[in-house]
Amino acid sequence: MKNEYAIQAIDLTKKFGDFTAVDAISFDVEKGEIFGFLGANGAGKTTAIKMLIGLSKPSSGQATIAGYDVYSQTELIKEHIGYMSQKFSLYEDLTVLQNIRFYGGVYGLSRKRIKEKSAEIIERLNLEANARKVVADLPLGWKQRLAFAVASVHDPAIIFLDEPTGGVDPATRRQFWEMIYETASRGVTIFVTTHYMDEAEYCDRISIMVDGKIEALGKPGALKSQFEASHMEEVFLKLARG
Amino acid sequence: MLKTFIAFVKKEMYHILRDVRTLLILFGMPIALVLIFGYTVTNEFKGASVGIVDQAQDDLSRQLITKLTASGHFELVRKPHNIEALEADFRAGDVKLGIIIPPDFEKYFLGGEGSTIQLISDATEPNYAVTLTNYASQMIRDFQQEQFPTEQMPYAVAIENRMFYNPELVGAYNFIPGVVALILMLISAMMTSLTIAREKESGTMDLLLVSPLNPVLIILGKVTPYVVLSFINALVVFAMGWLIFDVPVRGSLALLLALCLLYLMVALALGILISTRSDSQQTAMMMSMFVLLMPTMLLSGFIFPIASMPAILQFISKIIPAKYFILIEKAIMLKGAGWEAIAIPAGVLLLMMFVLLAAARKNFKVVYD
Amino acid sequence: MKPSIQINQIGKTYGDVMALSDINLEVETGELFGLIGPDGAGKTTLFRILTSLLKPNAGEAWVEGLHTVKDYKKIRRIIGYMPGKFSLYQDLSVAENLTFFATIFGTTIQENYHLIKEIYQQLEPFKNRRAGKLSGGMKQKLALCCALIHEPKVLFLDEPTTGVDAVSRAEFWQMLKRLRERGITIMVSTPYMDEASLCERIALIQGGKILSVDAPEAITNSYQKPLYAVRTADYYRLLNDLRDTDFAERVAPFGEFLHLTTREKMPEQEIKDFLLSRGHSDIRLQPAKPTIEDVFLDLMQTT
Repeated sequence: MKNEYAIQAIDLTKKFGDFTAVDAISFDVEKGEIFGFLGANGAGKTTAIKMLIGLSKPSSGQATIAGYDVYSQTELIKEHIGYMSQKFSLYEDLTVLQNIRFYGGVYGLSRKRIKEKSAEIIERLNLEANARKVVADLPLGWKQRLAFAVASVHDPAIIFLDEPTGGVDPATRRQFWEMIYETASRGVTIFVTTHYMDEAEYCDRISIMVDGKIEALGKPGALKSQFEASHMEEVFLKLARG
Repeated sequence: MLKTFIAFVKKEMYHILRDVRTLLILFGMPIALVLIFGYTVTNEFKGASVGIVDQAQDDLSRQLITKLTASGHFELVRKPHNIEALEADFRAGDVKLGIIIPPDFEKYFLGGEGSTIQLISDATEPNYAVTLTNYASQMIRDFQQEQFPTEQMPYAVAIENRMFYNPELVGAYNFIPGVVALILMLISAMMTSLTIAREKESGTMDLLLVSPLNPVLIILGKVTPYVVLSFINALVVFAMGWLIFDVPVRGSLALLLALCLLYLMVALALGILISTRSDSQQTAMMMSMFVLLMPTMLLSGFIFPIASMPAILQFISKIIPAKYFILIEKAIMLKGAGWEAIAIPAGVLLLMMFVLLAAARKNFKVVYD
Repeated sequence: MKPSIQINQIGKTYGDVMALSDINLEVETGELFGLIGPDGAGKTTLFRILTSLLKPNAGEAWVEGLHTVKDYKKIRRIIGYMPGKFSLYQDLSVAENLTFFATIFGTTIQENYHLIKEIYQQLEPFKNRRAGKLSGGMKQKLALCCALIHEPKVLFLDEPTTGVDAVSRAEFWQMLKRLRERGITIMVSTPYMDEASLCERIALIQGGKILSVDAPEAITNSYQKPLYAVRTADYYRLLNDLRDTDFAERVAPFGEFLHLTTREKMPEQEIKDFLLSRGHSDIRLQPAKPTIEDVFLDLMQTT
C-alpha cells in the first residue's frame, strides 16, 4: 500500500480499565508538514504520542506511521522516527562528538556514515570549536539543537518533539524553530507538542486535544477565525473551558 | 514550639510509613541481618571431619579421642596408621583436621615430662582451620586439667582464658553485638542523612529554611522518629539474640540501653554531618556506604579481629564508634560488667558525640554562600 | 514611602561564573512585579538572595526594610516563597501539606482561610490526594496556598507557570491579580514573554543583567524601529529571503507571521515588490505592534 501521509490515525483509542485516555482520534499529517499537537495537561497527549511512536498498543482504531502499522510493525516505526523530549536525552558527561557517535551506533549506522553525520551536524550547528567539549558545558540553546540533531542522526522520516523549547530565551527559541523549518523543508515531518501558544502558530497545522478527543484541527489562522480569537491562546482557552 | 515539633514528627512518620523502601530498610533489614549472620556467617561448626593417627594406642589416648568426639563438634572419620596416610586423606578432602598422638603418650604425660600432640589443619579454608585448631587445642587443655584436677597446672594461660572463652563456641555471642552496632549505625546515620538529603533534593529544605523554624528544630524533628525506630530495632535484635540464639544480657539491661542511646546519638550526628555535605540522596547514600557501612563492618572488630589487622588499620579502627560500642556491648552482655568497666569506651563515645554534633551544627547551612 | 523591595547593586558569582551583576531595582508595596527572562538569566539566584537563602557577593537588598543578610530571621517570617521546582511533599496529601506549612509558621488553616479560600476551594475535592499525584496546575495552586497560608507581606513566585498548560496559567494569573488587591507585594518570574503584560511593571533580565525596567506598555512603546508583520505561502523561504536583504535589520518568526525590523522606515509596497520579485505568493504585509519579545530580541542584540 502506498501511503502519501506521514502519519495517519483513524479512530485511535486507548483505554485504561474504564477510563478512556484517548477517545477515537482521527487525523492525517502530510509529509514535510509541521504538525502541532496541543492539549492541556491530562488531556491525553502523552498517551497518544506513546501509541504513535510504538511504545504503547492502542485499544482500538488504526494508525500508520511512515506507512508502518502501530500494532504489528513497531520495530520498523522506531527505525523511521526520531524522538526528542524536554529532557534532551543527551549524556551530559560525554562530549558532543561522543554523543553523536553513540546515537549513531544505537541506530545501527555504519562507521563511515557516523563519521559523515558527525561532520555534517558539527558544521550545521557551528560547533567546530566545541566538538570535544562535554555537553554539560554547552549553553542550553546549543544542547537543544544538538539534541534535535542527535534525534535525527538516522535521517528519520518523522521527528517527534515533546515540549522541546521550555525556558530558553526568545532568540534561542527562534534559532531552534528555524532548525525545525529547515528540517521540514527537506521533507521531514515534524510532530511537536508545546505549551507555548505562540509556538503553536509556527506550525502548519495544529490539533487541540480536550479530554481525550481532538476538538479542533486546522491551520492556526483558520482556527483563530473559526473561534473568533485574536490569539491561539484564546482558542485554546475557549476549547479547554468548554 | 512543641506543636511545631509534633507536626514535624508527624510529617516525618507519614514519609516513613508511605515509603515501602524505607519501611523495608527499617524493619526488614535488622531481622534479615540477624538471621543471615546467625545462620550462615557464624564460626560455629558441628561434626567437622577429623582424622586421628593414634601412635600411642593406650588408655589415655583413647580417653582423649572419646572426649574430642563426644562433643559432637568433631566426627572421627579416619584412623590412618601413619602420617603419610593422613596426608592422603587431607588431599582427598576427607579430613579437615588431623590430630597426631605421639607414641608412649600416657607414659610421658603421666610422668610429668609433657608430650606433644600435633594438630594439622587444612589451611585452604584459613578461618575454618583456625577455628578448628583453636577449639581442638582448648579441648586438649581441658582434658589435661581433668586428668590432674588437684595439681598446679603449668597451663596458667588456659585457665585465665576460660573467662573469655566461649565454651559452646557460639558465633552469636560475637555477632549479635556487631549486628546491633551495624543496624543502629545504618538506620540512624544513613536514614537521617538520606531523609535530610531528600528534603534538599526536592527543594523543600529551602521552604523550611524560609520559615521562622529554628534549624535545630528542623533537624530534631527529622531525626526523632528515627531515634525511636532505631531504639525499637535494637530491642528487637537483642530479643532475637536472646530467644533464637540464646545470647544473654548478663549485666544491667538499663545500662546497656542507655549506652545504645549514646551510640545512637553518635550515629545521628554522623548522619547529619553527612547530609550537610551532600545535596542529593545519591551522594548521601554513597557517603554513608563509604563512611559508615564499610568501616563499621570491617574495622570495628565485628567481622575481623582488630588485633590481627595491620598497624594502620588498627589505628583507623580507633576512630570507629562501633568499635567502642561493641566493646561495651560485649562487656555488659557477656561479662556482666558494670558501669566502671565500660567508663573509658563510653567516655570516648561521649566525646565523639559532642565533636560530631558541633561539626554538624557548624556545617548546617541556614544561608547559602 | 519606602519601597517594599529595594535592591542596590547586587552581584553574585559562583566560582568563575557570573550569575548576577549590578542589579538595581525597587518594587513598591502592593505591586505585581514581573521578572522576565529565559532560563539561566539569573532569576532564581535573585529570588534566593531576596528570600535570604543566598548571600550576594556584592551589593545589598532590603525586603520591607529588612536587610536580607543581617535580618534574615525576620525576613523569613514575613515572606512567602514558591520555588521554581515543585517543592512540596509529594507523599503527603493536599491537606497534610497545607496543615504542615501552616503549623511551621505558627498558624492554622482556619485562621487564614480567607486568604486562600478561592484557590483552596478548587483543591478541596482532591484534598486527600497525594500532592505527587496532582496535575501540574493543581500542584501550582497548592504551592501557592502553602506560600500564602501565613499571610506574608511579600510573595516571591519563581516561575510559577512553567510547564503548566495555558488554562491553568490563565487561572493562576487571575489569582495573582486578586492577591494584589489585598495589598500583598508580589514578585513573580517567568520565561513566558507573553505573561509580561499581566504585570504592573517588569524587568527584562538576561545573562545576569537587567536589560530594562518599566511598565509593559512603556517597554513596548520604547521600541521605535519600523516593524512589519509579513507572511507568504512559503514561510521558511521568506525568512531566508528577507535575511539576505540590506534593508532588514532583524527577521524573527512570530507565530504565523515573521516580524521584520527594517533599518529605516520604508513604504510597504517596496517590501512587497521585493517579495514578488523573489516569487512569493499570498503576500500579507502590515505594520506590527511591537511585543515584549521584539524588545527583548532587540535588547539582546544591542547588549
